[in-house]
Parts: sequence; C-alpha cells; structure tokens
Amino acid sequence: MMQEQFPLFYTFHFYFFGVVAIASALAFVTRKSPVVAALWLVNTLFALSALYVLLDAQFIAAMQVLVYAGAIMVVFLFVVMLLNLGHPSEIADARGKWPVFVASLVGIVLLAQIMAISRSRVPGTMRLPKGLAAGDMEKYGAVGAVARPLFNEYLLAFELTSILLLVAIAGAVVLGRRRSADAR
Amino acid sequence: MILDLSIPGQLITAFAPDMLLMGGAMILLLWSAWRPESEALQRNIGIASIILCVTVGVTIAYYVARGDSSGVGVIAVDNFRWTADIVFLIATIGTIALSMDYNAREGITAPESHVLVLFATSGMMTMAAARDLMIVFLGVEIMSVAVYVLAGLDRRSEKSAEAALKYFLLGAFSTGFLLYGIALVYGAAGTTNLSLIGERVGQPGIAGSAMLIVGIALLLIGFGFKVALAPFHMWAPDVYEGAPTPITAYMAAAVKAAAFAVFLRVWLEAFATASDAWHGPVWWLAVVTMAAGNIIALAQKNIKRMLAYSSIAHAGYILVAVAIGTPAASAAFMFYLLAYTMATLGAFGVIVALERRGGGQLQIEDYAGLWTVRPWLAAAMAVFMLALLGFPIFGGIGFFAKYWIIQSALQAPAPQTLLAVVLVLTSVVSAGYYLHVVMVMFMRPRSEGAVAVPPIGGWTRFVIAASAILIVALGILPNSVARWTQRSGNRPPVATAPVAAALPANSTVR
Repeated sequence: MMQEQFPLFYTFHFYFFGVVAIASALAFVTRKSPVVAALWLVNTLFALSALYVLLDAQFIAAMQVLVYAGAIMVVFLFVVMLLNLGHPSEIADARGKWPVFVASLVGIVLLAQIMAISRSRVPGTMRLPKGLAAGDMEKYGAVGAVARPLFNEYLLAFELTSILLLVAIAGAVVLGRRRSADAR
Repeated sequence: MILDLSIPGQLITAFAPDMLLMGGAMILLLWSAWRPESEALQRNIGIASIILCVTVGVTIAYYVARGDSSGVGVIAVDNFRWTADIVFLIATIGTIALSMDYNAREGITAPESHVLVLFATSGMMTMAAARDLMIVFLGVEIMSVAVYVLAGLDRRSEKSAEAALKYFLLGAFSTGFLLYGIALVYGAAGTTNLSLIGERVGQPGIAGSAMLIVGIALLLIGFGFKVALAPFHMWAPDVYEGAPTPITAYMAAAVKAAAFAVFLRVWLEAFATASDAWHGPVWWLAVVTMAAGNIIALAQKNIKRMLAYSSIAHAGYILVAVAIGTPAASAAFMFYLLAYTMATLGAFGVIVALERRGGGQLQIEDYAGLWTVRPWLAAAMAVFMLALLGFPIFGGIGFFAKYWIIQSALQAPAPQTLLAVVLVLTSVVSAGYYLHVVMVMFMRPRSEGAVAVPPIGGWTRFVIAASAILIVALGILPNSVARWTQRSGNRPPVATAPVAAALPANSTVR
C-alpha cells in the first residue's frame, strides 16, 4: 500500500493530540472521584477537537468544544454534584474478577476489529469520491459544507430530532416533578 | 398529483397531517404548563386532545380523497400510510378517553400524560410515513421516549416504576440493535432510502454480502423487540402488567401496530429482493411466537398478563403476513391491525371499568358472574374475546382478519401452507384462554365476597360501546372495510425519472 507523505508539522500534532486523547481517556476511566473523571473527559474532548482541526473539519471541532466539552459536560458536572452520588466504592459496578475479565476480552476483540478493518479494503459503497469533502469546503466554506445538507436533504430529520428532544424534556419533567398528591 | 419531496413546499404538503398533530400537541403542552395542575385541567386537555385527533383524521381523509402520491423520497405518500395513521388515531382517541377516567380514579392529575400520548402518536405517524431509515429511526425514538414515560406515569405504584425502567432499558437495548442494523445496511447499500436500498440489494455484489445479511439480522432483532416477537418478548408481560391500564392498551394496540407498519414497509420495500436472506428466520420467528404466546397465555391468572401474552401471539399472526410478503398479504395485514386494535382497546376498556384504585380486581376470577350484575359489560367483553380469537359472527371482524391472512398465505405465489396450518392450530389453543374468560363471566356464579362493580365513567363506556359496536357491525359488512384496505396494500413506489434525478446527491453515493 502506498504511504502518503504528511508534513512533519501535521504528523507531530496528530501524535501529540492522539496521545493526549488516549491518556486523558485512560485517566477518565481510572479516577475514583466523579468530578475529576469528568474533567479528564473534558480534556479528551478538547484533544479530539484538535484532531478534527487536523482533518480540516474546523466547524465540527468548534461544535465539539461548544456542545460536548461545554454544554454537555457542564450538565454532567451539575448532575454529579447535585445528586451527590456518595462514596465511589459504593457506586462501582464493575469490580471483581469476572467483570474485569469480560471487559478486557471485549476490549481485545474491539482492538482486533480495528486492526482488521484498517488492513482490509473498504467497499466502494462506503467511500466518498476523492476530493468531494474538500470541494464542498472550498465552495461553501466550513459551515456551509455542514449546513447545506443539514437544511436541505436532512431537513425533515433535523426537525424531527428537535421534536424528539422536546418529547424527552417534557417526559423528564413529568417524571421528575413532585407527586401532585403529596403536594396537597 | 405526484409530490416532489425535494421541494420544501411539497415536502410540507406531504407531511402536513403529522405536523398538524405535532403542532397541536405543542400548543396543548403549553396550555398544560400554563395552568395549575387539577382534575378539571386534565379532563379539558384530554377532550382537546381527542378533538385534535379527530381534526387530524379529517385532514387525512382529505388527503386520501386528493389521492396524492410521491416518488422516491424521504417519506411516502400512499394509502398504506394513511390507513395506518387512521388505525393509530383510533387507538389514540380510545387511550385518551380511557385515561381521563383512569387518571381521575387513580389521582393522576398530570395533564401532560395526554400530550405525551399525542407525541407518541406523531412518532407513529412518522414511522408509517418513513421511506428512509433515518426517519424510521427518529419516528421509533419519538414514539418510544414518550411511551417510556407513560409507562411510569403512576408515581405511587412501584410496579409502574418497575415497568417504566424495564421498558426503558430493554427499549434502549433494542434501539441499539436497530441503529447498528441501519448502519450496516447503509454500509452495504450506500443509502438510507428504502426504495434505493431495494434496488441495490438485488445487485450481484451486494445481495449476498455479509454486511447486508448481518444488518438485516440486527434490524430483525430490533423490530422483534419493538413488536415483542417470541425470543424477544420477555419485557412485554411485566411492562403490560405494571403500566397504567390505558397505557397498556396503547402499547398493545398502537405501539405494536406502528412497529409492525414500519417493519412491513422496510421489509417489503427495502429487502424484498433479498428475501432469501430473511425468509427462513422470519418464518421461524412467526411459528415460535404463535406457539409460545398462546401456550404461556393459557397459564395466566392475571387478565393484563393474559392479554400481554395474547398480544405476543397476535404479533406472530401478523408476522405471517410479513413472511408472505405479497400485496394481498399487506392488505390483510392492515385489516388485521384494524381489527386487533379495536378488540384490544375494548378489552382493556373493560379492565379499566372493573379495576380498583391501586390495581385491584385484575384476576380473571374476579370476573366470575359478571353477566348477572353487568350484562352489557359482560357481553361486550365476550365480543372482544371472540374477536381476538377470530370466532365467526360473534367475533365480528376478528374472524375475517384471520381468514384473510390465511387466504393470502394459501394464494401467494409460493404458498405458505405450513404457516397457515400453524396459525389455525395455535388459534385453537388460544380458545383455551379467550373462552375461559367468557365461561367465567357467563357460567360461574358471582363469588360471595365479590365487591360491587363501581359506576363506570362516561368515556370508558363510550370506548367499550364504540369498539364493540364497530367490531360487530363491520363483521356484518366486512367487504366495505376490505375494499378500503385492499387499496392500502404496500406497493413500492415506481421511480419516475425526474423524481429519481432530483434525489439529493449524498444519498446516491456509489
């Protein structure tokens, strides 16, 4: 297989942010305190957004920071702090020999899968024509390349997603509100 | 006219009935948030919801009269969709009517419960309309999220909370299967559009590919969970028993009908040419579901659990229509959904009428001697049981529903004689529990300590009477309904050149 040559600047940053992302993800799952773990997750998400920039997807990178690292993680932290989940050992669910064994097995299978996929040929149906994304970027800009399909061919799906979120919010309020009979 | 869905204005026209329901539900949501919670508000919102459903039904009738159709696009405009919508709306009106009385008795004053039912119905209408796996998924989720909450509506009941949690976890699990299946099918076919998938899966390179077959298998499991087919049915009895009774009716009638409608459309439009890959598994699922549902139902003492297993058995009967896969079978499928929905609604209506606050009086034994105290109620329940059984004359359209499924099985190009035989045999088994209820009501004396039957709310009466009368009356004139459903058989769209060319570029990546 022909190896494409990337400039050193690109290669360096790819490995740098890749290592940061993996290391933060490891720290995220091994920390005992939920708040510290959540902050490591923020770090992972930042490193991932840097990788998006390297992929020329600046808009996705900005969204990653705003939506995931910003909004969703803040909500996470709020939930963790408000619910006061108690001592970490009480909430640990995957301790003991068997869960660890099964989890490592699944991890090894997933790793093997990635190896296999990276070596196999991707079927033609799953490949974008070469230069399609770059052409879109040039024509419509980073935001336009995302916005055009989103508000044209996927408009209906987009609007339905907002209905889905509305239903989820209304449902959460109905379930979370104090029982009306107790209030009386 | 043929609507071109790539033009926003025509897309809105095609989606208008669904949007009307969604918009109306949002206004009602605002109304219910605006006013302090009270019994009167709950009732007013319920009545407004019923009016909204009727309005949407009238809109759909107008669309049927217009006779629009669409080419290949994200949603379908055809009679299959409109008929399915009518079935959902009937079930929704029945559910909300039962809920109003049930909520009053159980002290549930949250008016949002009716609004959530409306949102779930809009998800169902989206599912019936979807001709794109993305829209299929969004429709399934809108419906499911609303129904998870509805199952846990009764905050004082532990069983209701357990039902909601179980339904949520297993529902989320099945959504995972569905999504993974969609991803793999997209990977194999290069598009999420059902008609385009249908064209591609017939091509030599794609037809036997592992990715497509695994994708179809995962989709089958996902839909199997949603409609409660036999190996994936474990959640159904507990959830049906624990959920508030009107919501159980809604799950048994509308949710099942919607999941089946989208199941049939995906199968017949996208995977018709790959039938070698799925016909065997679907065949076995149908047989196992019919057998397991009916046999386990025989052992049930609680009437809600019994109806849960009976609904699993009915999923098996309906799956027979999917396995046959001809236009005649999908017409029989629609007719079956209509008959099954009305009989289920009515049966749960009777349960709501007899149930006590907090969930008493749910054993089949509690119905002993009902004939002597409430003859009309007992007669209506007998009609519903016989309709579910498929008994001629007294079972009304229930008989014709099964008859047409069997007929389409025998008249298909590849006759499914064995499936028809299993259907008939398992129906005979089902007589064991349906007729048991009738026998208990009519032939056993009222037990000594039996509590008096409480006065029955007006809305519950309306639901019971309307479904009983419709079942019997349509059973006398089944042909008028059959003519209607015959036109609603699923037919894949004919791709006209200009419409196919107008498809978005991204969905046709090769």
